[in-house]
Amino acid sequence: MSTLDEILKEAESAFAAVSTLPALDQVKARFIGKSGLITEQMKGLATLAPEERKAAGARINQVKDQVEALLRDRREAIQADLLSRQLKAEALDVTLPGRGEAMGGLHPVTRTMERIQELFASIGFGVADGPEIETDFYNFTALNIPEDHPARAMHDTFYLEHGGLLRTHTSPVQVHYMQRHQPPIRIIAPGRVYRCDSDVTHTPMFHQVEGLWVDEHANFAELKGLLADFMQRFFEREAMPVRFRPSFFPFTEPSAEMDIGCVICEGKGCRVCSHTGWLEVLGCGMVHPNVFGHVGIDPERYQGFAFGLGVERLAMLRYGVDDLRLFFENDLRFLKQFA
Amino acid sequence: MKFSEAWLRTLADTELDTDALAHLLTMAGLEVEAVEPAAPAFSRVVVAEILSAERHPNADRLQVCRVSVGEGEPLQIVCGAPNARAGLKTACALVGAKLPEFEIQEARVRGVESFGMLCSAKELGLSDAAEGILELPADAPVGQDFRAWRRLDDRLVTLKLTPNRGDCLSVLGIAREVAALSGARLQHVDCSPVATESPDTFPVTVDAPESCPRYCGRVLRGIDAAARTPAWMAERLERSGVRSIHPVVDVTNYVLLELGQPMHGFDLARLEGGIRVRMGRAGERLELLNGETIELAADTLAIADASGPLALAGVMGGAASAVTEATRDIFLESAHFAPAAIAGRARRYGLGTDSSHRFERGVDFDLPRHALERATRLILEICGGRAGPVTEVAGAALRAPTIAYRPERARRLLGLDLGDAEQAAILGRLGMDVGSTGEGLRVTPPSFRFDIVREVDLVEEVARVHGYERIPIVPPRGEARLLPVAETERGQGEVKQLLAARGYQEIVTYSFIAADLDADFRAEGARLPLLNPIASQMDSMRGSLLPGLVQALRHNLNHGQERLRLFEAGRCFVAADIDAQPVRLAGLAHGTAAPEQWGEPAREADFYDVKNDVEALLFPQAASFEAATHPALHPGRSARIALAGHPVGWLGTLHPRLAQKYGFAHPPILFELDWPAVAGREAPRYSGLSRFPAVRRDIAVVVEAGLAVGGMLEALRQHLPATVVDLSLFDVYQGQGVEPGKKSLAFSMLLQDTQKTLTDAEIEAAVGQVVRHLADKFDAVLRA
Repeated sequence: MSTLDEILKEAESAFAAVSTLPALDQVKARFIGKSGLITEQMKGLATLAPEERKAAGARINQVKDQVEALLRDRREAIQADLLSRQLKAEALDVTLPGRGEAMGGLHPVTRTMERIQELFASIGFGVADGPEIETDFYNFTALNIPEDHPARAMHDTFYLEHGGLLRTHTSPVQVHYMQRHQPPIRIIAPGRVYRCDSDVTHTPMFHQVEGLWVDEHANFAELKGLLADFMQRFFEREAMPVRFRPSFFPFTEPSAEMDIGCVICEGKGCRVCSHTGWLEVLGCGMVHPNVFGHVGIDPERYQGFAFGLGVERLAMLRYGVDDLRLFFENDLRFLKQFA
Repeated sequence: MKFSEAWLRTLADTELDTDALAHLLTMAGLEVEAVEPAAPAFSRVVVAEILSAERHPNADRLQVCRVSVGEGEPLQIVCGAPNARAGLKTACALVGAKLPEFEIQEARVRGVESFGMLCSAKELGLSDAAEGILELPADAPVGQDFRAWRRLDDRLVTLKLTPNRGDCLSVLGIAREVAALSGARLQHVDCSPVATESPDTFPVTVDAPESCPRYCGRVLRGIDAAARTPAWMAERLERSGVRSIHPVVDVTNYVLLELGQPMHGFDLARLEGGIRVRMGRAGERLELLNGETIELAADTLAIADASGPLALAGVMGGAASAVTEATRDIFLESAHFAPAAIAGRARRYGLGTDSSHRFERGVDFDLPRHALERATRLILEICGGRAGPVTEVAGAALRAPTIAYRPERARRLLGLDLGDAEQAAILGRLGMDVGSTGEGLRVTPPSFRFDIVREVDLVEEVARVHGYERIPIVPPRGEARLLPVAETERGQGEVKQLLAARGYQEIVTYSFIAADLDADFRAEGARLPLLNPIASQMDSMRGSLLPGLVQALRHNLNHGQERLRLFEAGRCFVAADIDAQPVRLAGLAHGTAAPEQWGEPAREADFYDVKNDVEALLFPQAASFEAATHPALHPGRSARIALAGHPVGWLGTLHPRLAQKYGFAHPPILFELDWPAVAGREAPRYSGLSRFPAVRRDIAVVVEAGLAVGGMLEALRQHLPATVVDLSLFDVYQGQGVEPGKKSLAFSMLLQDTQKTLTDAEIEAAVGQVVRHLADKFDAVLRA
């Protein structure tokens, strides 16, 4: 019996001495293989008396089970060790920066226009477009701006040598659209406009979003409602003070300038609002009957309102930009701040 | 329009304080742009008289003055001003006075005690310059508070008037508004006829009655050449930004500011024959008051006499007939010129005057005679003289229109429930003549409201006076219809986000660029020059988006950025027609293929990197690229991009000549696409899936090195056997093993049938067909 104990002891130390799976398999053969020590013991049973054989066989099987258990444990231990070494070897510095293309971004003017479009689209405004080189008719005449109106002066309008002019506002899109569509009309027209003016607060090109709503009952109270709503949503301020002041645009009547409570100082008075607490943000009014006349819409049946937003102005107020000219310098250090 | 608040209050006094008055005007559409004090704050300054002035015993440049300040003993004051002299009336700051810059205390100046200070205009903050102490008129009341005497507690109000409100280009006009808005009483300006003391007249003929419907004039004889403009008038002029010149000129300027009627005084002695209001004649020249000489045109309205033109009507008088210090007899003009006759003329001659500013906007056609009487009265008061009778030449009577007005229309347009009577009352307060017809109102505006010609003008007046802030704020009502959304069209936002995700930053550049820049990049159309560019480097409408990208690249390289991906979307200008202003999308890549990183060797981005971006933009449409030359691109590295055979844009490397010109060591890679090509896409259509296995086969062929692979692939794809479902190029090789002048191309093919598993024979047959096609069409030899 002591031989079996020795075999068990020997197997235990032999398994422990190896550290790879092939070596373990080799060692295993010494005990359990065809000519292994356990097998030899089994063969030795034949020499025993029949009455002893059963007990001795049971004993050998027990040791065999124990050796196999030792083997299994050792195999698992070696596998676990191998895996842990593999994992250790494969470990990365997860803090190294990622590789590949970096993100670009949209221009703040685009970003602002998209936001404006999204808000108006949410109540059913479609988007219309028009040319930037315009004719006198679309930019002025059809908008009820008579021949010698100050707005036609060379001072404000860029003219082309071979005829035509650069639109000074997005309002001509109203005319193009109404020539092709009958009411009900609900559109905005974003785009570039041009004025022959350049200083700290003016660039010769800037962006406007024109709005137009024409049906049989659109009225001034609704114009106020729409624009007050828009300003609250655009600036994400629930209680934003707004006011409408009488003004003059040849293509709307009554006309109004809309002011909002200064978003910089909350109406307390600061440099941006010239210490008035108010910011002038847009011009608007009821579409002038003469404009309807030019596009063949019956002003007795239909009425409506129009408005024009300055995109850069809204972007400056929304994002705290203090210099208009930055929008057109295309300096990446500026643009990247609007990603 | 700038005016003195105190002056306004003499015509319409209201209990409102300055802030409330400014708010009232602003909210009625007369925007108050600025309110500034007439003088900075100071106290304890009185009118004083220098009784004696003697040299300071210890200082050559100082004088010791005895100064009367009214009650009490005269004060001893040391003064350094050279004009301090006995008998002069001036302003004296008493001990304890607070001046804008400092306080006055008892002082000892070079050993002599001084009890106050004689003040210059600068020390009181009344002007920037000072030449000695103030010299006040002899009748200045000694002892009176200087501020009160000069009415310095006044404020200067500047209005930003809209062009329709020419009627408010006068203090009276603003007073009318204040009265209508606040209920204040409007004071009367005395325009009653003066007694004529001379029978003298000067003949007036109007040849252009359309342009000059009314001309009033009169002769004034024997005015006092030594007369001075009174202080109160000079002060009001000054506070409106008008300099005092000569009493007659000052009076005409004063009446212009007070009533809004531009007037002109001629020196009668320099007139010949009679006044003739006529159109200019070609070649006629006129030297104006400002010293400039202009040439008249056939559409310029002139005031002339027998010798020729005297004045540019409604704009500016001439130098030769101007009133001067020597003038004794004058001819005073007060006329109505039609806006159309004046508009644009002043600008054409580069002259903008107070007169033309008003006539362009329209002046009350009933005003000339009243204003003439008002001015005559003031001249007689100030300069004396004898007035002759008024000569008036009037053409067809001018009459304000009568407008049919429907209060219901106003309610409908405004969304405001305002009764008929209230509306009529508002119109009445504005000086309108309001009568009732069966169906509504009949309204005639006053002669000064020439901006009111139709119903909607009255609607605006009602809204304005009632108050825009009292019109309710109501959410708009409309039909709740969904907007059409075309699945075959992508929005700008979607496309721009795609480019941004591929590393491109959007820029926005001016649509006008320098002529030579335009020429370098323009691929179609001729230059479109601006007539009045704001700068020479912005004088041409861009024919392409590429120059803007290149300039932005230059700007950012100068600021230390090396790797850039930029894009812009916007219109280009092929011609001025509506249809020749295509919207395009263009991009630029410069620098390494990937941002600087730690893991892989860096390489410069090349044509194919950007081509991949273009393909991604157009995906899932398959674009073809064909070698073609563009003026701004490297002729060997540029491609015309086409979709279904239609050219839609360009891709290429900047031409080395331009790279050198614009200073790029590494030329950028550029693309430009027509917007519809980028935005368009087909709606997806399901075509079924095969349940049978797919087999891959690779082949390699050798072709001429110069063969364009793109065209070959396209042709090949069009002639594939039905079982070849995909074919792609995976290797291009030149070098060892391939004959010089040739290149090896390796293709992989995916074969699959929808109905059955392909047999080896079928597969070989299909591959063989492709190989034969390559051999027949492209002289391709199968590599062993």
